[in-house]
Amino acid sequence: MGKKLLMKGNEALAEAAIRAGLKGYFGYPITPQSELLEYLANELPKRGGAFVQAESEVAAINMVYGAAGTGERAMTSTSSPGFSLMQEGISYIACAELPCLLVNVVRGGPGLGTIQPSQGDYFQAVKGGGHGDYKMIVLAPNSVQEMADFVYLGMDLADLYRNPVCILADGALGQMMESVEFPEYNIEDHKVDHSSWTTRGRLNGRDQHYITSLYLDPEKMERINQGLQKKYQIIKEKEVHFETTETEDADYAIIAFGLTSRSALKALELARAQGLKIGLLRPQTLFPFPVTAIQELARQVKGLLVVEMNAGQMVEDVRLAVNGETPVEFYGRMGGMIPQPEDILEEITKLINVSTDQMGKDS
Amino acid sequence: MAVIQEGIQCEILDQLDIVWERPGTLYDIENHYCPGCGHSVVHRLLMEIVEELDIIDRTIGVAPVGCSVLAYHYLNIDMQEAAHGRATAVATGIKRVLPDKIVFTYQGDGDLAAIGTSETIHTINRGENIVIIFINNGIYGMTGGQMAPTTLAGAVTSTSPEGRDLVTQGNPIRMSELVALLDGSYYVTRQAVNSAKTVRKAKKAIKTAFQYQVEGKGGTSFIEIISNCPAGWKMTPLESNQYINRDVVDFFPLGDYKLPEKGI
Repeated sequence: MGKKLLMKGNEALAEAAIRAGLKGYFGYPITPQSELLEYLANELPKRGGAFVQAESEVAAINMVYGAAGTGERAMTSTSSPGFSLMQEGISYIACAELPCLLVNVVRGGPGLGTIQPSQGDYFQAVKGGGHGDYKMIVLAPNSVQEMADFVYLGMDLADLYRNPVCILADGALGQMMESVEFPEYNIEDHKVDHSSWTTRGRLNGRDQHYITSLYLDPEKMERINQGLQKKYQIIKEKEVHFETTETEDADYAIIAFGLTSRSALKALELARAQGLKIGLLRPQTLFPFPVTAIQELARQVKGLLVVEMNAGQMVEDVRLAVNGETPVEFYGRMGGMIPQPEDILEEITKLINVSTDQMGKDS
Repeated sequence: MAVIQEGIQCEILDQLDIVWERPGTLYDIENHYCPGCGHSVVHRLLMEIVEELDIIDRTIGVAPVGCSVLAYHYLNIDMQEAAHGRATAVATGIKRVLPDKIVFTYQGDGDLAAIGTSETIHTINRGENIVIIFINNGIYGMTGGQMAPTTLAGAVTSTSPEGRDLVTQGNPIRMSELVALLDGSYYVTRQAVNSAKTVRKAKKAIKTAFQYQVEGKGGTSFIEIISNCPAGWKMTPLESNQYINRDVVDFFPLGDYKLPEKGI
């Protein structure tokens, strides 16, 4: 590890991308991610990469498609309305199996919404967003340190699986300053041989390579889909990342990702101070989702509280995983509002009271 | 051995001299283009040029959405298939990370001049060092003959059944004239492939554009090619080629719109 630096989340992410061997960045200004664009405009050309300010997010994602098709490390970053514009291109990228890193520093919506933090794009990131059956690998950082760490992880996973990887951050993570250390990372140790498929010219008279997502024969198109689904299954088995806090003896647990997990952690401390045995599970990958870990937790606790900065999106996946094993309650704020620890504590207390009453009735 | 001219000897193969060969980079398969369509001609010209300039090992083409969406099945070079209208953005991505490669797009009028107009203008305005081949046949061929941004006034298509009405359906767009005004364009020309003479001139123009890129000369080369669509225009191939001479070039005059030395 290097020395500790004080940086904004957006800048830490940008710096990590350069250190991870970024060769092409294509983006369009939008708050609250513009520092990322500005940092790379300053630094990337000096350090061996190409920076292009595109005319739109639509153009940016298609530039990523082109660059990724050469096997070079490519990325874009945007915020929610811009990410909506990119969905068509992401669908093409997923089908053509092009490795790339896509960053969404989420702001409150729908519509033009607000520039304040939100997690309202969970469904869009995790369930597909664009047309067709495809998945991005979705990483959810909760600190400036993870804004950097997940770039290395994301680029490696993108190369390994030939799949788009999305870092789903939010406006607060992008803007806030914390200390960050950049790990030692030698790109040579992480290189994946893409020479069997990349389009770089027919070197030494080799056979043609072409990149496409068009298969007019439905049987062929189904085989392509089956191949993608097989890959997603392997990702589900091998790439789940999550973190637990004080779940060992927990009677109840909170599930939260990203910035919300920071409020949840504070609520956990407040609850523990009152003698309430509360735990926290934080998915770091939203796809693949930590289904097994949540199932195990559900068998242990008397109830779960899911906290999000949206109207209740991840909670649907939690309920699918829990499958009725234990009550799952939801608390969310929307439109750029952040759940406060005291409010989360209150929701936990409600959950405990309801489930205690229920147990009283049952017995 | 036969002596054709004094001092020059050549071998006679079978009964006939070979005066023309399919370029090795043009796949020897049946294509899906309609009989008489100009796409096949431009495909051949492109592959002849790639061979003549000896750039097969570093050329990357970008195919559009439209009739030439499957161009990579006919052109035996590395290619990427772009989303509708985004070919020049894809080409930008390739060229920026691999500046030594030769990159071109191949796009129709719906792709380049309707859904992709923003990418077209901004790619050229940035002066990306790529070649854009723009096939203008004034119709959406692949989807069955709908009105295109370049459809002539009064022309009957499936979405302008009474003929294109300029008041309600807008004017045909002249892309070469438009992009020649952009500072990033380097070489802009409008050619045609409706006769042996125009085909020869079109080849010369395309080759010039590729040579500029090989030499690393700055800016975007934009080669518009007036082509035919016998099926979409509901004409025989001959009638469609005559229609180009009679009507199309009146509105879309052939010629150079920007030359590197002379400007506009």
